[in-house]
Amino acid sequence: MTRLVVVGHGPTAYRLVETLTDRGFGGRITILGEEPRPAYDRVALTSYLAGKSAEDLTYPVPDGVVLRLGSAVTAIDRDGRTVTTADGHAEPYDVLVLATGSSPFVPPVPGKDLDGCFVYRTIDDLDAIREASAGATAGVVIGGGLLGLEAADALRGLGLETHVVEMGGWLMPRQVDEGGGAVLRGHIESLGLGVHTGAGVKEIAADDAGRVSGLVKPDGETIGAQVVVFSAGVRPRDELARTCGLAVGERGGIAVDDGMRTSDPAIYAIGECALHQGMVYGLVGPCFTMAEVAADRILGGEAAFTPADMSTKLKLLGVEVAQFGAMDGALDVTFMDPVTGVYQKLFVSDDARTLLGGICVGDATPYNTLKPFVGRELPGSPSELLFTGGPANMELPAEAVVCSCNNVTHGQICSAIADKGLTDVAEIKACTRAGTTCGSCVPMLKQILVKSGVEVSKALCEHFTYSRAELFDIVRVRGITTFSQLIAEHGTGRGCDICKPVVASILASLGNGHILDGEQAALQDTNDRYLANIQRNGTYSVVPRIPGGEITPDKLIVIGEVARDFGLYTKITGGQRIDLFGARVEQLPLIWKRLVDAGFESGHAYGKALRTVKSCVGSTWCRYGVQDSVGLAIALELRYRGLRSPHKLKSAVSGCARECAEARGKDFGIIATELGWNLYVGGNGGFTPRHADLFASDLSTDELIRVIDRFLMFYIRTADRLQRTSVWLENQGLDYVKEVVLEDSLGICAELDAQMERHVAGYADEWRAVLDDPERMRRFVSFVNAPGTPDPSIAFAPERDQVKPVLIPLEAVRS
Amino acid sequence: MTILRENLDTALETAGWTAVCAYTDLLPEEGVCVLVDGHQIAVFRTFDGDLYATGNLDPFSGAWVLSRGIVGTRGAEPTVASPMHKQVFSLVTGRCLDDPATAVPTYPVRLSGGAVEVRVP
Ligand SMILES: Cc1cc2nc3c(=O)[nH]c(=O)nc-3n(C[C@H](O)[C@H](O)[C@H](O)COP(=O)(O)OP(=O)(O)OC[C@H]3O[C@@H](n4cnc5c(N)ncnc54)[C@H](O)[C@@H]3O)c2cc1C
Ligand code: SF4
Repeated sequence: MTRLVVVGHGPTAYRLVETLTDRGFGGRITILGEEPRPAYDRVALTSYLAGKSAEDLTYPVPDGVVLRLGSAVTAIDRDGRTVTTADGHAEPYDVLVLATGSSPFVPPVPGKDLDGCFVYRTIDDLDAIREASAGATAGVVIGGGLLGLEAADALRGLGLETHVVEMGGWLMPRQVDEGGGAVLRGHIESLGLGVHTGAGVKEIAADDAGRVSGLVKPDGETIGAQVVVFSAGVRPRDELARTCGLAVGERGGIAVDDGMRTSDPAIYAIGECALHQGMVYGLVGPCFTMAEVAADRILGGEAAFTPADMSTKLKLLGVEVAQFGAMDGALDVTFMDPVTGVYQKLFVSDDARTLLGGICVGDATPYNTLKPFVGRELPGSPSELLFTGGPANMELPAEAVVCSCNNVTHGQICSAIADKGLTDVAEIKACTRAGTTCGSCVPMLKQILVKSGVEVSKALCEHFTYSRAELFDIVRVRGITTFSQLIAEHGTGRGCDICKPVVASILASLGNGHILDGEQAALQDTNDRYLANIQRNGTYSVVPRIPGGEITPDKLIVIGEVARDFGLYTKITGGQRIDLFGARVEQLPLIWKRLVDAGFESGHAYGKALRTVKSCVGSTWCRYGVQDSVGLAIALELRYRGLRSPHKLKSAVSGCARECAEARGKDFGIIATELGWNLYVGGNGGFTPRHADLFASDLSTDELIRVIDRFLMFYIRTADRLQRTSVWLENQGLDYVKEVVLEDSLGICAELDAQMERHVAGYADEWRAVLDDPERMRRFVSFVNAPGTPDPSIAFAPERDQVKPVLIPLEAVRS
Repeated sequence: MTILRENLDTALETAGWTAVCAYTDLLPEEGVCVLVDGHQIAVFRTFDGDLYATGNLDPFSGAWVLSRGIVGTRGAEPTVASPMHKQVFSLVTGRCLDDPATAVPTYPVRLSGGAVEVRVP
């Protein structure tokens, strides 16, 4: 039977033995541990001071394993295959595993051995520190790294006035750079700790009784303290290996190969004492991996250790600190908010595309979202990623680890969502264990859910598996001109109220004649089909175009007369025009005849199309105005009138920065500058208001029109059904749309321009075209078998000197 | 309800049937409204040329507008969607496919010569 002997019983030894017994190792296991207790969770050591017991932290010991505590191994006889302990016990082995960990490094300063000096590594160390603190008022920690700050936190918790002395220029020099260290310092100092950076130790001073009384810095300043904790780094415990002639590294560590074997094939070394490819690992994750590799090898397997990710994320004294990947690069981008104490830095390749690493202090979100991109192309510009959290459509690679605690990848989560039909975070947690430990990936899980939801619903409806943007391309590229052809070749069934209006809009955007011609009429929603807006009683409202909101008194009088003669309820709209309500289907052509004769044309209030370009009065009249906002608004409204789009389009022009036209609430808004026009895009009122983003500045009128042409056409090509520019812009990313429209990054601008030219050239008033064509006019009757009869169900009552609809009670209708 | 595709012979029974329009008044996948004895009836012609007739009242909004809805299919079922709030009704049964508790009446409709006839009970 194989005799396996393990030296040291820390976390790594525990994981080795557990793995071996779990996998049915048939040999005999003996563990020789120096500490007086079985292995415990050293990572959670500090919680011992906060009230956890030693038992709480202790790992279980598998049955059948011989564990000798308080027995430090002092010698290895490699020829005789025997180890000897300090108390003279000899233990023969066939396979030996060294898991001796590391010991704190204590710099050789005078007074280091005084009563009151401690290290911070074991439960015994903590018992001693606790006892000494009882009679003390102040403590000092030597070393401002990860473990030093943890020790400082412990001293503070024990009620001591606490100082940290760090030799380097800033705190946590292994994890953060100088800027991050400064921000971290701010956090630590605000907790009342004294921070002394760039400071060495001259000596530890003693009082008359030979007890610690303070720390003297090289500049002579003394920090009074009765407790001193050394936390100046750790050294691998390789002394046994050295004395028995195993290969060790120049700067310490027992050299091992990929299978964790030392220079003696009968001896393995794992955990913090092992040196693999020149690296010693001071984090428990890689140590556990080493234990699993060694166990596999002992069992005859082929497992190999590969250099591990040393990324760290921790919360120290309530401050999140994280570091991932490299700590330098050709370029770097920093976000810093001194008010909230947030410091985030990304290191990228010289073309700013590949992420090399990052540092976070105060808010470790980038660690969660961007760590998976290390060594890969970033999903956006580094500054955008730091400042805005990145574009909404940021795509994670499938193998990217989303939940580091449980090592769950993006791909695993996505397949769980798809295969098991998961719909919320709770289900993802239950199914994949992602998000169940520290919870920092939960926001990410939500995003992944949302994204897979969007993907699922990409199909427009049961008749088409394509999104609107895909259908647009099919129609455009294939030159399809009818719904019947499209659905026969690319869909199923005969369509519905979702896909038909979408296809109608696409056909109209691409210029396919009048929207009521041929088959197109049957695709239109009722508003487009009657070129008016249906109201709750089945009547329609009529909105003639008033470009830029400018109207002559004569035309205003015509509108008034028409409204009066047809008894229409009249209201001024928010878009600077006039809405006339209560027209019956058969009245629409009569109303429009009068309006068209007076020079009006359709206002497209009924269409997913350009509505109005609102304007302020501008430089012609306003004493503040710097440009002619009305003139521009009229020009734009006339240019884009009738342009069918995925949703309605609104615009406005303000004559100066006072912004009286509220242009930034519009899909495209223009604000005059001394030099020309600033263009803002993606604004929205309504349900989710959004201020428009600045797209381009100080454009001439020609330049402005060119940019708007392209912006609108690109939106029309790529947006989803009923997606306003605001949501579309957020999904695409402002920078991306700028690149496409301003820099022609896709090389499509010439096409977009040509498409808009076709629209402008092909425009004709839809209402005049109806009046001129008896075929189109045929639709405008309430009853085909009684063309002159008005719909008897429509009735009105007076209100404030106008009419309002009288509705049938719904109960009466339903019964 | 009866669906008759093409001109049938002249032996059709005439009692109870009302001619409402010419077949050519109907366009594929569009509806029209007809008034018969005070009843508003929506008459639809599908893509294949089949005829259907339902009540014109949208039971959800209380407006008499179903003839102005978009005609299409759900699965194999010919449908119309209310132009008001888009509830979808089967043209065959009149049942609302989004809310099976609600239905609109259906009427027999046929082609007689070039004329479309409906029968109102
Ligand atoms: C306060 C503190 C906080 C930490 N926080 C984190 C953290 O947040 N995240 C993280 O990843 N890591 C953290 N670590 C590091 C982590 O604890 C170590 O990586 C881990 O303990 C390594 O396990 P090990 O078994 O290899 O070594 P050790 O834990 O050092 O165990 C080695 C054992 O071997 C014994 N031994 C040594 N020589 C002999 C001998 N000759 N004979 C018999 N026995 C011997 C030692 O007494 C010891 O018990 C922290 C460490 C400390 C001290
Ligand atoms: S935006 Fe400027 S120019 Fe236009 S009305 Fe207001 S103040 Fe006058």
